[in-house]
Amino acid sequence: MFQHEFESTLGNSRMSSAHPRAEDSERKRVVSASLTLGAAVGITALSFGLAAVSSGATVLQACALSFFTFTGASQFSAMSVVGAGGSLGAAFGGAALLSVRNFVYGVALAGRVSNDASGRRLPLLQRLLAAQFVIDETTAMTTAESNPRLARTAFWVTALSLFITWNLGTLVGALAGSVLDTNALGFDAAFPAAFAAMLPSHLRTRRGRMAALTGAVVCVALTPFVPVGMAILVAVVGVLFGVRP
Amino acid sequence: MSDITLSAGQLWMLVVLLSGVAYGLKVLGFVVVGNRTMPPVLERCLALIPASLLAALVAKDTFTSAQELVLDARAVGLAVAIVAVWRKAPFIVVVVAAMAATALVRTLA
Repeated sequence: MFQHEFESTLGNSRMSSAHPRAEDSERKRVVSASLTLGAAVGITALSFGLAAVSSGATVLQACALSFFTFTGASQFSAMSVVGAGGSLGAAFGGAALLSVRNFVYGVALAGRVSNDASGRRLPLLQRLLAAQFVIDETTAMTTAESNPRLARTAFWVTALSLFITWNLGTLVGALAGSVLDTNALGFDAAFPAAFAAMLPSHLRTRRGRMAALTGAVVCVALTPFVPVGMAILVAVVGVLFGVRP
Repeated sequence: MSDITLSAGQLWMLVVLLSGVAYGLKVLGFVVVGNRTMPPVLERCLALIPASLLAALVAKDTFTSAQELVLDARAVGLAVAIVAVWRKAPFIVVVVAAMAATALVRTLA
């Protein structure tokens, strides 16, 4: 989702050598890239905490969303619809649709993360725990590594570092938001800016650009005629650009 | 953004529902379906959801207020955000620049 931030850290990813010392330094590279990404995501979480509180959530609700939902775009989306006066169903629907990509990521990651070093499948409890961490960033970092051992390291280090920074950042941002005059400071502009920052990686293909344009046009065109937040749901028709091969 | 119509209880329900569905989708892909291939047409369509919805959210949060279409200071904020994204600025710079531009336009207006 925040692809441009970690493209630089992924840029030097390469096939790892069988030589133990080389593998050791490869491991260090993966760990440090994952930790760097965690720090960047913590800053994003600050803006989520601020935005959530400015949309009417309590500090505890913002933190609960980050801890249990743990998928940024859906969290931002739900709070954006709530802040605009949307219904529970509208806020939930758009955010749930955005979360469908976590299903796709799960399918992509299962073969890379579900087994241990000896190829044995991890216990169910551990796989259920890992599932919570199946998000944009862990998928990008894990699939960037062709060596299975490094891929597993990338997954777990990214998962834990992001889980910690995402939740801490949300707490700090929400606490700050609850004492600041969020309207005067232009916090409502944080939402469209955040969504714009998440978009570029989805606009690389012509199909993606057509889907985005359709989504935006449908949303604006329908807004006067449907309940608040529902236009977001209908905007999903943009995915029909994927029907033809 | 103070047009909120949900009660505290409804907000909590949103937190619970969304957390449940998000986790359910993660488990469905990672644990239940697992390492299988999906029909290509489904894969292509699912991959386009973020493009459609994120662009729709940008449009909604910039050009609408409840059910009305409006053109206000947020449009300037978005323009600044787009330039920042285009110049590959970090996430926080994009957000803060958009907020500052919006606040500035409101102060001047």
